[in-house]
Amino acid sequence: MGKLTIGTFSSLVGSVSLDFSIKLSEAAIQKGHKVDLWVSGNGTMLSKKGQKAFKDYSALAKKVQELIATGNLQVTACEACAEARGYHKEDTMEGVKRFSMDWYLASTFTADRVLHIGGD
Amino acid sequence: MATKKLGFVVRTLPYKIEGSRLAMTHAISSQTVEIYLEDGDNVEPVVCFIGDGVLNCLKNQQAMKHYGLTSLEQHVKNSLLLDLNVLICKEDVDRLGLKEDALIMDAEDIGGETKARIVPYSEIQKAMESVDHLLFC
Repeated sequence: MGKLTIGTFSSLVGSVSLDFSIKLSEAAIQKGHKVDLWVSGNGTMLSKKGQKAFKDYSALAKKVQELIATGNLQVTACEACAEARGYHKEDTMEGVKRFSMDWYLASTFTADRVLHIGGD
Repeated sequence: MATKKLGFVVRTLPYKIEGSRLAMTHAISSQTVEIYLEDGDNVEPVVCFIGDGVLNCLKNQQAMKHYGLTSLEQHVKNSLLLDLNVLICKEDVDRLGLKEDALIMDAEDIGGETKARIVPYSEIQKAMESVDHLLFC
């Protein structure tokens, strides 16, 4: 079993990079790996609670919660990026953590592979 | 006890998207990463500017005046102040018609001692091959 760290910086809506990150996380977890998913920049919106699913927009909240429930996905949002977007601690999806950027670098330290998906 | 090397490769324009800013803020955050690691463990970033990303290194940026934002120039200087290894691709500097004196090569005005280096892409390639993880921004 390995550990994959994925940093994703793209928007929840308007890009499918987060969709890709979640699908990749799911595939890795199904193969028995653990995944740290760091969301930063516009990517922080993935971890906001209260998302509504519309068929015209990416809707990942349900899948993220299912993956967190496996115990093999840790989602962490960049605290400063979230606060800058008016998204506060009480708005955070259940099971998601918020830390500063050094948490991401620490996660890469223990990762077997790192995939960094730049933002928009 | 170990040090993992991280290579931040900045390819994106300043201000157009958040990519280059996030690359530099994440690289700078290496200064406090030890709080999450075992004693003696650390990460060591190298920041490489290639392609249009070299424009992040231009001097005299006026981001505060025009956008009310801290400039990427300040982030480059902060990186040098913290002794991060900053490499700028020579071929892309030449391609864009830039001269060394147009670029941020040091942070002496804020007390930094480390200098940025304009190097051929082959040296950036070597830096990328030497790191444990590459982060394209």
